[in-house]
Amino acid sequence: MSKFHVSTTVNGDAVDYLCDPRETLLDCLRDKLNLTGAKEGCGTGDCGACSVTVDGRLVCSCLMLGVEADGKQIETVEGIAEGDVLHPLQKKFIEHAALQCGICTPGILVAAKSLLEKNPNPTEEEARYWLAGNLCRCTGYDKIIRAVMETAEELREAS
Amino acid sequence: MDYHSPASFAEASALAANATGITRFLAGGTDVLVQLRSELVTPDTLIDIKKIDGVRDINSNADGSWTLGVAATGADMSEHLELGRDWPGVVEAMDLIGSTQVQGRATLTGNLCNGSPAADSVPAMVAAGVTVTVTGPDGDREVAVEDIPTGPGRTSLAKGELISAVHIPARGDNGGDAYLRFIPRTEMDIAVVGVGVSLRLDGDTVTEARVSLGAVAPTVLLVEDCAKAIIGSALDDVSLDALAAAASAACNPIDDKRGTIEFRTEVAGVLAKRAAKIAYARAKGEEA
Amino acid sequence: MALDDRKTQFTFVGTRPDRPDGLDKVTGRAKFGADVSAPGMLHGAILRSPHAHARIVKIDTSQAEAHKDVKAVVTRADFAEVPFKPGLEGEFWNVLENVMAGEKALYDGHAVAAVAATSALAARDALKLIEVEYEVLPHVTDVDKAMEPDAPVLREGAADYSVPEGMHPNVVRYHESGHGDVEAGFAEADLIIEDSFVTEATHQGYIEPHACLGMLGNDGKGELWCTTQGHWIAQKTCAALLGIETSQLRVTASEIGGGFGGKTTVFIEPVALALSRKANRPVKLVMTRSEVFRATGPTSSASMDIKIGMKKDGTISAAQGVFRLQGGAFPGAPGDMTAMCAFAPYNLTNVSQIGYDVMANRPKQAAYRAPGAPMGAFAVESVIDELCKKLGLDPIEVRLKNAAHEGTKASYGPTYERIGLVETLEAAKAHPHYSAPLKPGQGRGISCGFWFNHGGETSVSLALSEDGSAQLMVGTPDIGGSRASMALMAAEVLGIPYENIRVTVADTATLGYNDVSHGSRVTYASGLATIKAAKHAVEKLCERAAASWGIPADAVKWENGCAVPSGPNAGDFDPRPLADITAHMGQTGGPISGHFEATPEGAGVSFGTHIVDAEVDPETGKTAITRYTVIQDAGKAIHPTYVEGQYQGGAAQGIGWALNEEYIYGEDGRLQNSIFLDYRIPVASDLPMIDTVIVEVPNPGHPFGVRGVGETGIVPPLAAIANAVSHAAGVRMKQLPMSPPRILAALKDNG
Repeated sequence: MSKFHVSTTVNGDAVDYLCDPRETLLDCLRDKLNLTGAKEGCGTGDCGACSVTVDGRLVCSCLMLGVEADGKQIETVEGIAEGDVLHPLQKKFIEHAALQCGICTPGILVAAKSLLEKNPNPTEEEARYWLAGNLCRCTGYDKIIRAVMETAEELREAS
Repeated sequence: MDYHSPASFAEASALAANATGITRFLAGGTDVLVQLRSELVTPDTLIDIKKIDGVRDINSNADGSWTLGVAATGADMSEHLELGRDWPGVVEAMDLIGSTQVQGRATLTGNLCNGSPAADSVPAMVAAGVTVTVTGPDGDREVAVEDIPTGPGRTSLAKGELISAVHIPARGDNGGDAYLRFIPRTEMDIAVVGVGVSLRLDGDTVTEARVSLGAVAPTVLLVEDCAKAIIGSALDDVSLDALAAAASAACNPIDDKRGTIEFRTEVAGVLAKRAAKIAYARAKGEEA
Repeated sequence: MALDDRKTQFTFVGTRPDRPDGLDKVTGRAKFGADVSAPGMLHGAILRSPHAHARIVKIDTSQAEAHKDVKAVVTRADFAEVPFKPGLEGEFWNVLENVMAGEKALYDGHAVAAVAATSALAARDALKLIEVEYEVLPHVTDVDKAMEPDAPVLREGAADYSVPEGMHPNVVRYHESGHGDVEAGFAEADLIIEDSFVTEATHQGYIEPHACLGMLGNDGKGELWCTTQGHWIAQKTCAALLGIETSQLRVTASEIGGGFGGKTTVFIEPVALALSRKANRPVKLVMTRSEVFRATGPTSSASMDIKIGMKKDGTISAAQGVFRLQGGAFPGAPGDMTAMCAFAPYNLTNVSQIGYDVMANRPKQAAYRAPGAPMGAFAVESVIDELCKKLGLDPIEVRLKNAAHEGTKASYGPTYERIGLVETLEAAKAHPHYSAPLKPGQGRGISCGFWFNHGGETSVSLALSEDGSAQLMVGTPDIGGSRASMALMAAEVLGIPYENIRVTVADTATLGYNDVSHGSRVTYASGLATIKAAKHAVEKLCERAAASWGIPADAVKWENGCAVPSGPNAGDFDPRPLADITAHMGQTGGPISGHFEATPEGAGVSFGTHIVDAEVDPETGKTAITRYTVIQDAGKAIHPTYVEGQYQGGAAQGIGWALNEEYIYGEDGRLQNSIFLDYRIPVASDLPMIDTVIVEVPNPGHPFGVRGVGETGIVPPLAAIANAVSHAAGVRMKQLPMSPPRILAALKDNG
């Protein structure tokens, strides 16, 4: 089978790649576009380390084929900061030590940003359930949840 | 692996009918990609149905019923407030599948066609009396959801057939539904037991009921004895106990990594009671 | 190690600055194991045994080798001959045998061959072209069954000198220790409880699968990039397994996506190098999650018998434990550690403990956070809890009554220096959590826990720049913010701002040997080394200042980042800040650096006490953890936020181990739950906030009083949760995990 030519938009940039239909969007982001921020922790949609948004919808990029990305708008962790200005979540994660090893962090940031865009005032329980598909083995989630809740509060006050 | 993205269900059906080897349809892909990645199933032909017009639509019909496109995602459903008001059990069952990320892709149709006896949305759909349109080389046919799965990983769909729409009946007055499942964690697990209940009341009395069990037999079960146990009752303790007993009696589970026979049998009864109470409260218009 | 000028007042230590690698890690820029590539790179894949125990009759690689996309295929024959020795003496052989099977496949997932091809897909496809003929053998996966006389023998001759005559060949190491006379002690007891406990194997569950990029030429020179807790051990092991000189292999540690002990050895790294040597191209190997579960180190599973006698006043009169640990198909199960840690929190007159290291057809166990200690604590602290309940005694008071303190002869032999167990118990007693009311259906449990902590071989180098900034090279990979603690300690000594210090995890070619990031040793040992290296640089700074002032070096001292005369008699000179001295260092004697190479040995043992509330659904057996408090002695918290993080992470892993995590084997000996869907680690919605209390009882073996904090936090949770669940359910839970089917079955049995 020949490869597919995919034209898509990643973090606002028009990009093209050739992919085998068996390759996932995650494979394509990492291996073809060198966007290695999204991680493969499981390959089965169970860990969330590969989280990206596709047309504004939070998904696991390991559960989507690269060929399906044609014509879509994709946002990854590399696109969260605006220029040299970090997103408030990114700042808060550093400040709260909401990461230890940092492997789950890209996925959690993408997922948390998506949460706050949909629900600027989540309860702790809502935040925990929204992020239930993002496994973290280091932190016990405590500092992650605190960072998300505090960012939400600051964003509400700022708006 | 060949990949196709046809523009119509007729084209999709023709592609599948003429394909050799293993064919899979790709909707949300949350099962197909896992099987592909783990090399459990590497299709020879993969047919992506998401380029077909209208597959993401959720439409309410004049008679109060609903028609859902086969690629409408769990997230699409959860964000549809009217659908959630009519069929909270169906929407919640779909919403229980996987993570927020999985919800962004997963579909009712995919959950049904994966053929897992533990599929969360299926008992809820069976309880709700959901039907699907099956498109094949010979045209369309309407099939009740409970008639689609025939065993773990197997369906009644013939070569060249695929589901092209999902139909949820009109909720009507004084009705309520609920779905509960048991998992060891709070999220991200496959149901060890699942129970869907849909019922209608006349005053305090249950007049219609459908009760469905998941993960306790090779296919999702529609259990008439459960319905009988509560029809005519006001869901008093006696009828709830009868419901639980009927649910446990209907179980034909296996011991596996997710649960034991004894556990599934016992918990099916527990969840049947709890789900019935929620559906009953909803039918009465109470918060549940 | 002699420690001069121990510090108790701090400027930087104890503050909570942003970590130096924070920006990289929130932007996706940080490079983890799988995030690199090289020109001409090939992708590797490994073929694994589907059998738990099988003789490898034949491997036919010819079809794979003939495929156009395949550039190399390797089997065991492509590795060096490494001598077989019993027990852990033969660890290189054990690792090689684990990395690539020899005559037998010893567990489901055991590597038997590997390919390198032009793409990851091509490599995976090529595995299907390799034909392996197996003769399936009887297998055993359970520890007790593996010790029975008729159990299948994994390997003759693997037992070392410690194993008594007449034991099954699967028993490969034996440990016995204690003191006093336990029989006399039991005779004094008012109540004796004797019971048996079982824990299943769990996996460290780091989210980053093993990944590496290797390049090795037939000149014996190589480069390796890998995710590891210790790149020097990777260097040494890979060199031995490939038959090259250690120094010819340069290993660079990537950022590491979690390890918890599981990345202290090698799995795929020698395979990537062997493939590279054969293909003469760089080879990248990345494990799938399923490979991680099937073929990398889980913990040992354990079967344990405990007998404890207590007097009515709560005094433990005697304690005895037998700990049987299954460590997979190789020696190494930490039965000795379990035995030594189990009773370590207590001041016991009569104690006896026996530990067994037993082989079975499972993957080679690897260290997991205080390896061996959590299981023993589960068994022992459960029995103590039951004794307290039966005698009507408060569980904290009983532990205080028996608590080890400075001068106590430890159950495993030595006499404790200053330790902080009593302080953690007092803090637990005073904590509002301990006296908070419980709701119906809830139970509260407490447990103590102990871990040795470790020093280990350590090298650190610190170089000053002309502008007065400092670069610090350490050799311990940063798993959880250690760059921040190193910079804080260096700042404390140098007296320059935290931000002016750049901490680098050096590769094996640019720094002397460093032991693995394990044993909770990084903040202790690399920290001590950092302090010493910084002091070394400070000595030179003082010498330069002394020379410029024309006074003796010992007449200059270092204060707030400046050289100053040590007293009025030394002369009247203006302080010279660090940057003022380094600005001229090229003209005043050359570069100024400090370094340290040694094996710090005062790690300082650590204790913790946990309080947990659990709620059990009596109809389904499902447990919710409703409140959790960790109290642990850190000696001195360098960066308290990251100390809290270690406590919280240990508790969360313990919750998983206690409730839902387990290796599930089928009758066929194959692992049934090798994905995160069915290997159930806690998710965000499973857990409450985890409160922490940092107790600080300074470690006399560290200049700033640091004790390691990484591991102790996973020791108490299993028992604390088991005690809470047992109180909530009204039935003693003796098997982990306490999954809903087990709890519901226990409730039914209990009527």
